[in-house]
Amino acid sequence: MFPEFNVKMIWHKETTLPKIDLVVLPGGFSYGDYLRCGAIAAKSPIMKAVKNFYEIGGFVIGICNGFQILTETKILPGALIPNTNQKFICKDQDLVVENNKTFFTSNFEHNRTISIPIAHHDGQYFLNDPEIEELEQNEGIVLKYRDNPNGSIRDIAGVCSKNKRVIGMMPHPERAVDKDLGSVSGLRMFESLISNF
Amino acid sequence: MTLNEKVFKFKVEVILKKGVLDPQGETIKQSININNLGNILDVKQGKLFELTALSKNREHAVKEIERICSDLLTNSVIEEFKYYEVSE
Repeated sequence: MFPEFNVKMIWHKETTLPKIDLVVLPGGFSYGDYLRCGAIAAKSPIMKAVKNFYEIGGFVIGICNGFQILTETKILPGALIPNTNQKFICKDQDLVVENNKTFFTSNFEHNRTISIPIAHHDGQYFLNDPEIEELEQNEGIVLKYRDNPNGSIRDIAGVCSKNKRVIGMMPHPERAVDKDLGSVSGLRMFESLISNF
Repeated sequence: MTLNEKVFKFKVEVILKKGVLDPQGETIKQSININNLGNILDVKQGKLFELTALSKNREHAVKEIERICSDLLTNSVIEEFKYYEVSE
């Protein structure tokens, strides 16, 4: 899809990152989601290097379980808890672009509705009262659900760090990269990032 | 184990903070009330851990347990914990 970029798989037991432009923490169920979703993976040796990468201004995207790992490492605020209906939800999901001033969403218009699939059991975003106001004021809410499927506070589907270089989202942009898959909204996110490199 | 190390046992209780939705607790409450097992106003489901520490003294063991609770066993955004020492 982007032949000018190479992908390197990095094992969780590694302690350093090679020279890279973007860290992607993909979805899945790391360590069986024991304890809490993403909690054990957040303690993986490689996560210290990811935290350093974030601190020096590196680009990071956490998708689904990757988002859960980013909140457990405190790189992003909040926590993900089980969906209110206690069910695994897998479907195409309409989202609203709440903040288009991030490196991942700059190719979208503000308030544009896009469709990206979700597939999760623990997707309910939670953040306490003073912190959620702070997140909103800092324009940290990037994507919101239309017809909130999982009970997330303020319909939040994706958030970003203060420096707008780290994004975490429960929907799967990598599953929306071809018209034949039903949507290219995910592709637009990766194109946004590349246009900002 | 060396001569000056001892075993200390702890129980750790983890529960969701007030204000965090607990759908499992809610479902359990409904089941209690539907089955006429009691008149229960609220149910919160938590976790119980038993930790066996090997340490030079109690103070050191407690320090380790506190760190384990806050660093790994709980996420302070949604959960709170308490721990207590138990005998064998």
